[in-house]
Amino acid sequence: MSQQDIQAPFPGVFYRRQAPDQPVLVEEGQQVEADTVIGLIEVMKQFFEIKADAAGTVTAFKVEDETVVEAGELLATLEVE
Amino acid sequence: MIHRLLIVNRGEIALRVVRAARELGMHSIVAHSEADADSLSVQLADQAVCIGPPQATRSYLNIEAILEAAKAVEADAVHPGYGFLSESPDFARAVTEAGLVFVGPEAAIIERMGDKAMARQTAIEAGVPVVPGSPSAVSDLDDALAVADSVGFPLLIKAAAGGGGRGIRVAANVEALREELPMAQTEARTAFGDDRVYLERFIERSRHIEVQILGDGERAIHLFERECSLQRRRQKVFEECPSPALDEPTREALCRSAVALAEHVDYFGAGTLEYLFDDTTGEFFFIEMNTRIQVEHPITEAVTGVDLVREMLRLACGERLRFTQQDIGRRGWAVEMRINAEDPERGFVPSPGQVQRLIWPSGPGIRIDSCLFDGHRMPPFYDSLVAKLIVWDESRDSALTRAGRALDEFTLEGFATTAGLHRRLVDDPEVRRGAMDTGFLERWLEAEPVATQSQSASVKEAL
Repeated sequence: MSQQDIQAPFPGVFYRRQAPDQPVLVEEGQQVEADTVIGLIEVMKQFFEIKADAAGTVTAFKVEDETVVEAGELLATLEVE
Repeated sequence: MIHRLLIVNRGEIALRVVRAARELGMHSIVAHSEADADSLSVQLADQAVCIGPPQATRSYLNIEAILEAAKAVEADAVHPGYGFLSESPDFARAVTEAGLVFVGPEAAIIERMGDKAMARQTAIEAGVPVVPGSPSAVSDLDDALAVADSVGFPLLIKAAAGGGGRGIRVAANVEALREELPMAQTEARTAFGDDRVYLERFIERSRHIEVQILGDGERAIHLFERECSLQRRRQKVFEECPSPALDEPTREALCRSAVALAEHVDYFGAGTLEYLFDDTTGEFFFIEMNTRIQVEHPITEAVTGVDLVREMLRLACGERLRFTQQDIGRRGWAVEMRINAEDPERGFVPSPGQVQRLIWPSGPGIRIDSCLFDGHRMPPFYDSLVAKLIVWDESRDSALTRAGRALDEFTLEGFATTAGLHRRLVDDPEVRRGAMDTGFLERWLEAEPVATQSQSASVKEAL
């Protein structure tokens, strides 16, 4: 078991949902596959998917839904089996 | 008279309006988000007021916050720029109801021209050609065949409830129409819960040509046309004035039709009528109207010598149009290159960053509209347009050569831009010949994946 950080590749606004009226993409404590979309970052009116690098459990989100993030900022932690 | 003008926008257009306001002796006040507090438009304005957090929905699109700010700074007029709330009838109405002057047409006109079906109907009433098609939804195959008889092939079958390219099929001939029509109706019912479909002539390769107009509510004039056929994903990339595709009689007919439509609705302020132009037949068709100043307005200014933003403000002050049609002349050729913070080498991925080193091109015929400065950190929340390079010269050919010279002088370090793409475009033989249509640039990008010399570090490095 090891801990992996999921970081923001760009500055922008981080979203945990596809749309405001939809449920969060991933809950804390949820099992994910490699390439599961865990959030979105909006930069200059374009949206980019943030994916898990490996299969594991998303242990915690470090930023709230709809917050402004800097490049390299820690978004979530992933526990890899 | 306007004394204190609130400019509710950001970037180069906010600065553009600041400049026009100051030249007219108005006190310019820029309304900005928290992310734009140190922007160049804020620095160069007479005053600034913060209207909320970085996200546009909470600042530049927040009508309540804007009106509160307008009251706090004792503004007597509001200029919306382009984008954001510039074509919101609700905003125009709210500004007027708050007792302020809205620099633009009244809400009812924005509403009427903003609705595609209503705009098309208005154009027909004014005698302006629209893309030939069925006047209403086609009920059955016989109805569709009758329309095809008068409109001709190829035809587009468009779902009434579709949009943004969804729910569209092409029928090349009668057989295809027989086959496609029921399928299109079924598809429309499944996808949109509405099986109504329209027919419209399919123009395979068309140019985007638009006409600039000014109106004072009674009289309107045109300031000739711009061609904006070089587009990527329906976003304009490069524009020129005039269009290389028009002969004089066609230009005259096109521009007259725009004036007819503007006068038909008693248009007030600056506006642009967009048309499709079919090279093969020489026909033009009205598609929509923008009831605001446009990004590419400087090329019209370069060729006509009229300051469009200043004229907008004069009209909003209650002055009548200062020109007759005969006063408006055309001299030389102008092109505009949109410099976006996007990396053409990496699929045009946004490339925000900090300006490390900046040298603008200058010399004869060059105009830069931009809010960049050394050390500026670009906020990631808004459009990627960071500069407009506008180049004028006596002829189209010399303007393109001068544009290449200007791009060679341009240095920007800190993030990638589309400047290198423009450098290649201005030398392209097809562009030189003026042989473009709205699909040209995307075909060109696909065919020529040659590395564009990036302006600076890649996105990764910039971050």
